[in-house]
Amino acid sequence: MKAVSAEEAVAMIPNGARIMVGGFMGVGTPERLLDELVRQKKSNLALISNDAATPGKGVGKLFEGEQVSSMIGTHIGLNPKAQQQMLGKQITVDLIPQGTFVERIRAGGCGLGGVLTPTGVGTLVEEGKQKIEVDGKPYLLETALRADFALVHAFLADYAGNLSYALTARNFNPVMAMAADTVIVTAEHIVPVGVIAPDHVVTPGPLVDYLVANG
Amino acid sequence: MDAQTIIARRVAKELRSGNLVNLGIGIPTLVANYVPAGLNVFFQSENGLIGTGPIPEQGMAHPLLTDAGGKPISALPGAATFDSAMSFGLIRGGHVDITVLGGLQVDGGGHLSNWMIPGKMVPGMGGAMDLVSGAKRVIVAMQHAAKGKSKIVTKCNLPLTSARPVDLVVTDMAVIAFPGGKATLLETAPGLTVAQVLAVTEAELVIPDAVPEMAL
Repeated sequence: MKAVSAEEAVAMIPNGARIMVGGFMGVGTPERLLDELVRQKKSNLALISNDAATPGKGVGKLFEGEQVSSMIGTHIGLNPKAQQQMLGKQITVDLIPQGTFVERIRAGGCGLGGVLTPTGVGTLVEEGKQKIEVDGKPYLLETALRADFALVHAFLADYAGNLSYALTARNFNPVMAMAADTVIVTAEHIVPVGVIAPDHVVTPGPLVDYLVANG
Repeated sequence: MDAQTIIARRVAKELRSGNLVNLGIGIPTLVANYVPAGLNVFFQSENGLIGTGPIPEQGMAHPLLTDAGGKPISALPGAATFDSAMSFGLIRGGHVDITVLGGLQVDGGGHLSNWMIPGKMVPGMGGAMDLVSGAKRVIVAMQHAAKGKSKIVTKCNLPLTSARPVDLVVTDMAVIAFPGGKATLLETAPGLTVAQVLAVTEAELVIPDAVPEMAL
């Protein structure tokens, strides 16, 4: 784990990168990294995020400057900008069930090729997917999802990069912290090693590549 | 009593002590206001919480404690938080006893459409497909008709949420279940006759000998 500034962290992300961003409607999103992506005008981003948040919040900020070229998520209904860009075919949006979204990422982080889920069988979601029967029950094969960078927000991070999360800001963060080549973390509080008891560490330090220093 | 209150009060009667319940946005959210006193029900918010409580008093909200719409909520004693993989494991794994969702259409076989209107409204399905596929019991809470048009249709012409039929539909006019895959009128809203319900229902309904009024 290496401590960096938000500016240095985002400078590592090239245009066109595939980024996974934690958060649910902007709650538990690393806002400082999003602000920096906007400031450095990173473009053509392939975004993997549960939702498009709302304009001006979380990943919603990326749609204002048209920095996203494609998105995989579950819901974009509360961000009119994302909707417009999708309906105007400026961006491609792959909307998938939320349970499938998180399991595909979990699979990506856990060395699995994918998962079998009953969700989506008999709906538009099954189009183009392999259907597999197990014990007489149909499932869809949903393939693993990984990214070049995971942008994660924790509540506590210690100097060794161990992370814990708070309340409903945990959501996709610990799952995404497993599923990218480079993991960049912001935290509400950076604390000495030992403040987070081993039993309360959710994301172990070795998974974290860069911890953004608090200014 | 207005339409939404009728629906929310009637759905609340389906809750049992110890149930783990997921409420969707819109009318389903109102169900929490009518939980009978003394009934110990756990509400799940799919963004990672069991034990959701009411909207906090002014100044008591925490920015990291929200419902699935991103709005501030509170947590009750005994609440638990978890990540999204756990949250949807609970949903898909059959650990959620009841899910209450809104609907655009339910058809005569109990199939639900509630996540998109092609070309018009494409917000994404969020957690709806997992909830309908995985919850032990699926209840749809919606208005019986929209702009005079029945939402209980012969066959859904909007994209389905799941191949699995729902268990119960509660509207402002009726309670409908699907025994043997056939839409069956169980109850009418107070003051309504069976004929009045049938007049605004497109799907064919099985009418049992006795169709009581909803007890609210």
